[in-house]
Amino acid sequence: MTITDFLFFVFAGMVIMSALGVVTSKNPVHSIMFLVLTFFCSAAIWLMLEAEFLAIILVLVYVGAVMVLFLFVVMMLDINIVKMRQGFVSYLPVGIAFAVVILAIMVWVVGPASPDVSNTAALHQAVTHGADYSNTKMLGKIIYTDYVLAFEIAAVILLVAIIAAISLTLRRRPGTKHQIPGEQIKVKRDDRLKIISMEAEVKK
Amino acid sequence: MTAEIITMGSLNIVTAMPEIFLLIMACLVLLVDLYLPAEKRQLTYLLAQLSLIITLVLMLMNPVTHTTLAFNEFYIHDPLSQVLKSFILIISFGVFVYSRDYLAQRNIFKGEFYVLGLFAIAGMMLMVSANNMLMLYLGLELLSLCLYALVAYNRDNAKASEAAMKYFILGAIASGMLLYGMSIIYGLTGSLKFTDIATAVATGTNSAQHIGLVFGLVFIVVAIGFKLGAVPFHMWIPDVYHGAPTVVTVFIGSAPKLAGFAMFMRLLVEGLGGLQADWQQMVIVLSVLSMAVGNIVAIAQANLKRMLAYSTISHIGFLLLGIIATTPDGYAAAMFYTISYALMALGGFGMIILMARKGFEAENIADFAGLNQRSPWFAFIMSILMLSMAGVPPTLGFWAKVAVISAVIDVNMVWLAILAVIFSIVGVFYYIRIIKVMYFDEATENTPIECGRDMQLTLSTNGLAILALGLYPAALMALCVSVFK
Repeated sequence: MTITDFLFFVFAGMVIMSALGVVTSKNPVHSIMFLVLTFFCSAAIWLMLEAEFLAIILVLVYVGAVMVLFLFVVMMLDINIVKMRQGFVSYLPVGIAFAVVILAIMVWVVGPASPDVSNTAALHQAVTHGADYSNTKMLGKIIYTDYVLAFEIAAVILLVAIIAAISLTLRRRPGTKHQIPGEQIKVKRDDRLKIISMEAEVKK
Repeated sequence: MTAEIITMGSLNIVTAMPEIFLLIMACLVLLVDLYLPAEKRQLTYLLAQLSLIITLVLMLMNPVTHTTLAFNEFYIHDPLSQVLKSFILIISFGVFVYSRDYLAQRNIFKGEFYVLGLFAIAGMMLMVSANNMLMLYLGLELLSLCLYALVAYNRDNAKASEAAMKYFILGAIASGMLLYGMSIIYGLTGSLKFTDIATAVATGTNSAQHIGLVFGLVFIVVAIGFKLGAVPFHMWIPDVYHGAPTVVTVFIGSAPKLAGFAMFMRLLVEGLGGLQADWQQMVIVLSVLSMAVGNIVAIAQANLKRMLAYSTISHIGFLLLGIIATTPDGYAAAMFYTISYALMALGGFGMIILMARKGFEAENIADFAGLNQRSPWFAFIMSILMLSMAGVPPTLGFWAKVAVISAVIDVNMVWLAILAVIFSIVGVFYYIRIIKVMYFDEATENTPIECGRDMQLTLSTNGLAILALGLYPAALMALCVSVFK
């Protein structure tokens, strides 16, 4: 077993353990933390597959942005865990049935009986590159040449998403209260404070 | 690695000039609109219309004698795309004309309508010109995203927001299905390009691969059914057509049908033509159900927008007839039907916009009562549109129905032709009812119809074009036939 094999098994094991943690932990916040760990370990596996760009994107986008958003949402929601757990037992048989079916299909497709996958010699033929090889550079070359039209249109779709979101939310509704900084700055002492003269009160 | 040897020549950017120009103009309109005061907003409208015209001119300048590929074969320019894109642009021009007064009267005359509209048109054009599953999907998403936002455009209207939500969720499910089907096809054929998929399907598929391909095909047919609105995937159509502002309904109801037809042709005919026997069965079910449900449920509607929505569903059933024939003549007939229907839908919903005014939506059939007393001319135009949708000669709709029905008779599916005729007779009832209401019912109000000169002129042209094309259908038919030569 080489060091890379060892690292692979460590990270793969961690992916499985943390993925189990996502579905089994009682606290939704813990679930999200486990999901972060799952993504992080998957990123490490990608890194070992020489897909460093995808690995970095996974950490930056999923761990850095999407999961933090998830965390905010889960923390803001008032989830009643006791209520959510009701009926767990009644759903259990259906859940187990589905799990068994999916497991059976996976064993059938990628299990030892399958000729394509069990041919481990093919797995060891994976091409490895030297230190001067840059996955990012190759991806960039393909994206900006072969796939340039698709890439640009994807960018246009993002622009449309921004326009749509702003045009649907940026509006003045009549009953809402909002600040007008200009008016606030112009306010004078007399608008807020009124000095009246009155007799001094004497304590009796 | 092709990346090293790529040059500007192999990108062939000039071929895709119309789309590039339209996208640039959409961004320009967005920026110009930001700096315009509200009273000068007309400039946004004019700029949007100008960009449509120039895009059309740029596209017609492209030669169509042979097929041109661009962007590493992601983009295709052929007679099919030329004809469909021309009609998409012309119909969208009409939609924009109809929208101006309507939006201004409701204080929602904002630049975003035209910006989103232009992006949607660019999405449709890219769908039509897609030579690759990825491009088709991206074009579809660009179109759909703009349409979701446009349906919710009038934010203070609860009904529109509800319609947008339904449209968004169902549309997202359909897109997901499409993507899933595409990924299965990609996995089995090893290519995203339609021509390569066709070769892979035609050469050597064992029975296991065939089952896999049909599995992917089912998802793709379901997704196309969703996007076109064929029964049983039609649930969104009545609610969205009814809930959306009428100017958005006219947009959704007209030009995207042409893009949907292109999607069908590219994916199922060009890409998966080898699986024709499999998808033909599925499309027959979609077609018969659409004709039945659309025509029968439309009878019960009192709301004109809902009635036209169900009529859309039935028309989708009819246009699928031409595709079921799976002959060049059948495809030409389906294309003829799609173009005719888009023109009729433009006019039909245009009439609702014409009748509406500030604070009043002429959505109900009763609102058309006695239209002949108020405006004999527009009662006449509406009659042409309704007769055409019903398929009464000498209007365009008659020839469209004749074309698709004769296409299925040519391939010995007489039972299908008989069903189509029966359902089109059922359909005549509710179209003729509108004409009866307009001419024989007493007008409930006598306010004259007010709207801009441009709207009146365009709507009249729209109606008369349907009559004129009905009297001389040969030119349009020849155009459609030439595409599939």
